[in-house]
Amino acid sequence: MLSVTAMFFVGGIFAFLMRLELLTPEGDLFTSDTYNKLFTLHGIVMIFFFLIPSIPATLGNFILPIMLGAKDLAFPKINLLSWYLYMIGATFGIYVIVTGGVDTGWTFYTPFSTQYSNTHVFATTLGAFIVGFSSILTGLNFIVTTHRMRAPGLTWFRLPLFVWAIYATSMVMLLATPVLAITLVLLMIERVLHVGIFDPSLGGDPLLYQHLFWFYSHPAVYIMILPGMAVVSEVVAAFTRKKIFGYKFVAFSSLAIAFLGFLVWAHHMFVAGISVYAAMVFSFLTMLVAVPSAIKVFNWTATMYKASVSWQTPMLYVLGFIGLFTIGGVTGLFLGALGIDVHVTDSYFVVAHFHYIMVGGAVMAYLAGIHYWWPKITGRMYPEWWGRLAALLVFVGFNLTFFPQFIVGYVGMPRRYHAYAPEFQVLNVLSTAGATILAVGYVLPMIYLIWSLGWGRKAGPNPWGAVGLEWATSSPPPKDNFLETPVVKWEAYDYPAFLKAMGETQHV
Amino acid sequence: MFNEFPLWPERASTVAGHVDLLFIALIFLTGAVSILIWLAILYFAIKYRRRPDNELAQEYEPPQILEIAWTVIPLIIFIGIFLWGAWLFFRMQRVPDNALDIYATGRQWMWKFEHSGGQREINSLHVPVNRAVRITMASEDVIHSLWFPAFRVKADVLPSRYRVMWFQATKTGTFHIFCAEYCGTWHSGMGGWVHVVEPTEYQRWLAGGSEGSMASQGEKLFQKYACNTCHTNDATGRGPVLAGLFGKTVALADGRSVTVDENYIRESILNPQAKIVAGFQPIMPTFQGQVNEEDLLKLLAYVRSLGGGQAPSPVGSAASTGGAPVAPQKPKVSAQRPARPITTFVSSSRSGRGTISTSTSASSPGCSRKITNGSASSTCSP
Amino acid sequence: MSDVALHTEEHHPFLQHHFEDLGQQHEASTLGMWMFLATEILFFGGIFCAYTIYRIMYYEAFRAGAHHQNWKIGTANTAVLIGSSLTMALAVWAAQMSRRNLTVVMLILTLILGGVFIGVKAYEYSQHIHEGLFPGRLFTYVDEEHPELTKGVEMFMTFYFGMTGLHALHMVIGAGLLIWMIFRARRGDFGPEYYSPVEIMGLYWHFVDIVWIFLFPLLYLLH
Repeated sequence: MLSVTAMFFVGGIFAFLMRLELLTPEGDLFTSDTYNKLFTLHGIVMIFFFLIPSIPATLGNFILPIMLGAKDLAFPKINLLSWYLYMIGATFGIYVIVTGGVDTGWTFYTPFSTQYSNTHVFATTLGAFIVGFSSILTGLNFIVTTHRMRAPGLTWFRLPLFVWAIYATSMVMLLATPVLAITLVLLMIERVLHVGIFDPSLGGDPLLYQHLFWFYSHPAVYIMILPGMAVVSEVVAAFTRKKIFGYKFVAFSSLAIAFLGFLVWAHHMFVAGISVYAAMVFSFLTMLVAVPSAIKVFNWTATMYKASVSWQTPMLYVLGFIGLFTIGGVTGLFLGALGIDVHVTDSYFVVAHFHYIMVGGAVMAYLAGIHYWWPKITGRMYPEWWGRLAALLVFVGFNLTFFPQFIVGYVGMPRRYHAYAPEFQVLNVLSTAGATILAVGYVLPMIYLIWSLGWGRKAGPNPWGAVGLEWATSSPPPKDNFLETPVVKWEAYDYPAFLKAMGETQHV
Repeated sequence: MFNEFPLWPERASTVAGHVDLLFIALIFLTGAVSILIWLAILYFAIKYRRRPDNELAQEYEPPQILEIAWTVIPLIIFIGIFLWGAWLFFRMQRVPDNALDIYATGRQWMWKFEHSGGQREINSLHVPVNRAVRITMASEDVIHSLWFPAFRVKADVLPSRYRVMWFQATKTGTFHIFCAEYCGTWHSGMGGWVHVVEPTEYQRWLAGGSEGSMASQGEKLFQKYACNTCHTNDATGRGPVLAGLFGKTVALADGRSVTVDENYIRESILNPQAKIVAGFQPIMPTFQGQVNEEDLLKLLAYVRSLGGGQAPSPVGSAASTGGAPVAPQKPKVSAQRPARPITTFVSSSRSGRGTISTSTSASSPGCSRKITNGSASSTCSP
Repeated sequence: MSDVALHTEEHHPFLQHHFEDLGQQHEASTLGMWMFLATEILFFGGIFCAYTIYRIMYYEAFRAGAHHQNWKIGTANTAVLIGSSLTMALAVWAAQMSRRNLTVVMLILTLILGGVFIGVKAYEYSQHIHEGLFPGRLFTYVDEEHPELTKGVEMFMTFYFGMTGLHALHMVIGAGLLIWMIFRARRGDFGPEYYSPVEIMGLYWHFVDIVWIFLFPLLYLLH
């Protein structure tokens, strides 16, 4: 978790430097090359080294076995191997940063990446390749654990929704990542040997690269957001003290997202040269994948009806998540509608859209999850007041940063621009101001969470009065998670039954 | 004020209004739903906040019909959005019949435009107002993307094949050209201005400079590369007769058939063995690496100028030219521009052949490469 | 560990502490291997997909490329590999039956056959490199009859080396695992209760064979 969070800050620093550059229309702070490297490294670090492993590899590794009533993941050694692979991959990433960077954009589009760029493309792709295996192994571990290691009485429909969503995520990791791996291998072969696989001047096809790349990288979006939804389902249930409305719909919508997510990759390529009919099919499927996400949002909202809503930090992050994810989701409809996509694709509108999903969604959920399970992991409470302040700062800063980008994108500012036309400046200044607030909002939790390790109030087994097996063991849990294997007799999020069961076995 | 701090892009083409309409409709629709959700969340969060008397939530299950409702209703709405967007996309892809042809090549890091009369511009483009313009594009190196925000059109420019886009400007003025696909160091500098002018002014501008029309330059190249030794004007040559060929569907040696479009011609020059026309030997050498993108476009313009697509009765015309076996023409859908009927081609060599003159255009790279140069009335106009 | 032992009546030496019993452990490891193989299928699937597309694009050149493969050597090697699959299957069966010596012999046979396969492959590689068929700077080959096919032949050879190279890499990893299995089998680790390592080793080995069964016709036989 520390490694992943460190990566988040590395990526965040790049982002902040970029925003600083974009304060003025002229490229005056950095050279174009430096700027190009900054956004490339920002993308690579954030996506491959932070967002993809963030929730699954940190919270998932810790919470998933406890939720299942298992002593550990099915393959602890493979889990360790996965961490080593991550660190090796990250070492390549850091090597690239230190020795001069890479400037292809995180998408490594050919033929630019194979023939024209003279930066460290090879080391970067190798790093991404290795991290890919780390995520495959994590996914494999989760699936097997969920299938084979549930506690007695814990049937599929008694599983917490966190498990359902992580399970769906793992499926995506397992089935999509190898395609990226082989694509990157082909890219490395082309770059080293100068043979035409994707480079048209040597007889290759650059669109094939895009197809293969997005076949992974679109599902990868769901690798990032599904765990976020997983956390949100847990936190909403815990802080409303209520059963999630439409449990089965929420559970199956995770699987539906994972499945449909495999069928929409070409919506990144509407203007790239695919046929009109292919574009229509992919646009239609894109509309379909929006439905399960909408279901989730409606269900979370409905859960709050006649609930007992507590305004504690994790819940604040989650309320922020629902609000921001809604914006991110509906702007996805704009992009999925072909006629608009032609205009706004590759503009700042897209940048704003996926930041609303990735940062407003995944990162907010990550913070919510860290705060929610912090007492369980460390046995200490963080300072509540500071937590609320940070949540508020993040929310305000985030909106100020990214909302103007929707406008500037529609007006016509293309993405990945080092210098831009002067009429876009006002909105860019707003955005940079927002990024400053956002940065403060992110640094605060780091400070007070570390502080709480030493001086935080001791947390009991169940500081939130929440349901779920993880709250039935001590904080932090013993080595095998439970002193004796728990037997589950209650439905998911069944407060009265759970509290009754806990009352009987509280002495454990 | 509006020019310094625009919140809405200028609307200067026939499709721009449609795009804006759909965009605004979606803003209202999704805005309403989002605001409803936010209000609901806020209302619930305040109304049902935790107080001593509701430490535990009430035992209340909303009716299941709600679940069905918010699965089905969004689905229907989304399909509606899809249909609207797809309809618009279809419209954006179908090039009108009488479009004016302009050729574009992208390279790191500039746009080169060439009018069918042979006039060339760099990072600047003159087009007449109220006339459909079709741009045929290729890249010399990496993937670029040509974007006219004011026209709401954009297309990636690939190094491997031709892409076609079109627009019809509706008002005069000067608007941005951007490269929207990251292409290297000076990606952000790869832009310029499109000058939409009155037709008369356009003609005047065209007369300003040219090196002979695209097609006539193509004809010279055709002789330079000795294409004419095999592709003769009658059926005696070793290669298919090119006159009247463009836009036809021809049978191939392996039994398939192919429509002679921009990409087929390109492929036949660069990789002649890929699709051999029935009745011919695979003897043509490849010109990969010998002909650059600009010359390829000129050759293409020349082959286009030999006609083929204008007459809707291709069987007769094919017979009269005595050319290669040409299958009866069907409005077949090609990979790149399926929506455009193949009879829309307008000969480029006969329209607006400019006089031969020295300089290209008044817009030099120095003036238009700096997109930060400022307002519309800069020195970029001719 | 001690509190775990309280709950499992007979504590098998190879039961890992976080599993309830050997059955659960066996199921988990088998499922894990199947999941891993699903990943592998997609991994190879990507390159098969690219191969197919380019085969259609450069039909003639790929045909010409396949002529550079010696189908006799390929067939012999296929037979060797299928033989190793057989011995592997027998090894799993022997491990289940607690026949320690037979297990060891079968595993060693599998290893030898795998080694033969790799050796033959290495010989083929050296031949290709000698002919100047290795893509990139070493590619000196020119198709005399149809010089225009040269580029496509190079692409074919790229796929040839890429696909068989990946396959050979899997074989080498498999050989490493086999050596470990032989060591454990000699120690007498396996029996009717506990044989999952040999079994999942077998799954892996069969998978690698199946990949070859697809590669062989694509690269050697399709003229």
